[in-house]
Parts: sequence; C-alpha cells; structure tokens
Amino acid sequence: MPDIEESKAGQASAGARWPWRAGLVLLAAAAGFTGLALGINHFAQAPSQDRQPAIGGPFTLTAPDGKTVTEQALAGKPFAIFFGFTRCPDVCPTSLARMARLREKLGADGLKFAIVFVSVDVGRDKPADLGRYVGLFGTPILGLTGTQAQIDAIKRGYGVYSAKVSQPGGDYTIDHTAAIYLMDRHGQFANLITYDEPDDSALAKLKALIAQA
Amino acid sequence: MSSTRFAALYAACLTPLCAIVFASDAIAHSYQVSGLAIGHPWSRETAPGQSVGGGFLTVTNRGKTDDRLIAVTSPVAAQVQLHTMTMDGGVMRMREVTGGLAVPAGGTLELKPGGYHIMFIGLKKSLKAGERVPATLTFQRAGTVQVAFAVQPATSTGPMEMPHAGH
Repeated sequence: MPDIEESKAGQASAGARWPWRAGLVLLAAAAGFTGLALGINHFAQAPSQDRQPAIGGPFTLTAPDGKTVTEQALAGKPFAIFFGFTRCPDVCPTSLARMARLREKLGADGLKFAIVFVSVDVGRDKPADLGRYVGLFGTPILGLTGTQAQIDAIKRGYGVYSAKVSQPGGDYTIDHTAAIYLMDRHGQFANLITYDEPDDSALAKLKALIAQA
Repeated sequence: MSSTRFAALYAACLTPLCAIVFASDAIAHSYQVSGLAIGHPWSRETAPGQSVGGGFLTVTNRGKTDDRLIAVTSPVAAQVQLHTMTMDGGVMRMREVTGGLAVPAGGTLELKPGGYHIMFIGLKKSLKAGERVPATLTFQRAGTVQVAFAVQPATSTGPMEMPHAGH
C-alpha cells in the first residue's frame, strides 16, 4: 500500500493559523479545544449543507509572473476555482478543458467570470510552471501557487482535501478534491460543479453565477 | 501520419505476433495484433517543463481468449505506468495498476479520461499537439505491438477521430 501523507483541510492543528486572530486571546489554555472546534465548524460548512456555507475567504498566492495575488484581485467578478497540479494527467486537464469549453459556449458572457487554478503541489509547481500549464487551454486562466502555508490556508478556506501519495521509485502523485467551486462577485460561495456533472447542468450554474447581482 | 512513417513503423515490427498497421486516412489510426484491435491511442499536449502526460486508447478483443495489457514503454518517457483513477467522495485518487489490465475475450478495455489511463513519466521533451508519440504495448498472450499516440490539444476530452467527443 502506498504511504499517504495527509494534509486534510480542517485538521485540528490547522486551527492555530486561522486568520481570525481575535481567537488568539483564548489560545494559551484552550489551544486544543479551539482547534477541535474549528475542525467541527469546518465540517458543518461542507458544501452539501443547505445553509449558506462560509467557503472561500482571503488568500495570498503567487501569479505566474511572480506577483502576489490576493482575493482582492478577484473582487467584483465571479470566479470558478479549481485545485490540482500540473503533473496531473487526467482530472486537471479534463476539468480545465471543460471550463474553457463552457466559457466558449457562453459566448460574450464567457469572460464575465474568471477561471482560477490553484496548485496543491508546492514541491514541484513553481509560478512559471503554472503559467505554462494554464496557457495550454486557449483561454485566460489564472494559475496560482504559493508557499506550503499559503496553500494550506486556501485549502482550509475552501475545504479542499489533498494528500501526497508515494509511488514506487520515489515519485509521488496527489489525491485531491476534484470539484470546481463557483464564487460570486462578492467572493461568496455560490455553487459547486462536480467532476461527473453533465455539461448542461454545469453551464446552467455558470449562467446563474454570471446573472447574480 | 504519412504513409512513409507508417511504413517505418511496420518495418520496425519484426516479431511474428507483431501488428499489421492500417490507417484509413490521415487522422484515424488503429492497430491489430493477434485478435486484438487497438483504437485511437491519443495523448494531451504538455507544457514545457511538465514531466508527465496521460495516454488513452481502447483495446477490443475479437478472439476467444482473455488477454491482459501488462506493460507499455515509450522512448519519450523514462517510465510508463498503467493507472486507475477513481473519485471517492469528490476526491480524485490515482494509483498505479499492478498486474495489468484485463482485455476479456469479446470485450473492450477502455483507457479514457476519468478512468484507466497510461502515464508517461519523466518526459524527455514536451508533447506537442499534432505529433505522434511512439510506444510499445505488451500483452500477456498477444505479445507486443507498436503504436503511436496522437498528441491532441490540452482541451481534448476524447480522441479527435470521434466527431462528437467532448463537443
């Protein structure tokens, strides 16, 4: 069996880096409890829940040109965000190809939302690698990478799972959440497109996303 | 692919089990070996510096004996693996297949996005759309067959020979 080094979003230990620094006051005595509470809170925010989940939030990452990008760069425009890695031969190109195809189907509205691809392969994907990779799909896609802490933070924010899996010969692959998150122009979670969802349904979700005030 | 390149491929096949390569036109391509028909091997273009690529194809077993695809090699990659991809609670998991992939008598093995695929690992150069990537498939019973993977744009979701694939 392959070794699995998990870095699941919402782990108790992740609580200490949660951006709501106000919680730090409580930290000394209640660190363990705080982390646990955040973990539980995270599960309560799973996308399958009916109530508005707090998925998303601030991030700081690096664009292919080396410039720092935060959620502010996407403010005012809806976006579709997907997590993967450039050495992923199947679900990543399939998903990005699909977003490019759906954008084309939307015609002039196609550019009313941004497509964002975030690497979960901190060890291998450098900013320029992301740029070359997203450049294959013939439509503007923002490819982002960052430090391990920055990637861990955005994974936590979006409830994304990823885990390195060792391969024979010292190589590794990465298991990761394959859904595409649709975020509205205020940066609020709007919907999910799942990997096996038909194009018609995904297209309807994108139309609704663009139509939202 | 030009007829001269097909001729070269054919000439490269020296074993009695080896493929008779036929092509009906410049785009469609398929290969046969001992009752197995290999259809439309294709791959996606890769970015410069990207060290892995995926490969997809179908194998139809027209014979009465089960067979297995047990290995793939290619001069463009340091290593070629057979992989399975599964979705588990929204999480994509990719694993190397051990022991090969079954091609049951009368059945078809499909390697396609979202399922089984070939992984070219340690690419010696990036794969460019329009190129053909040579590879050797090894079957447990039928032996080896030389094929060429058609490199398609990254936006492809299926072999371009199928007019409705992904469009």
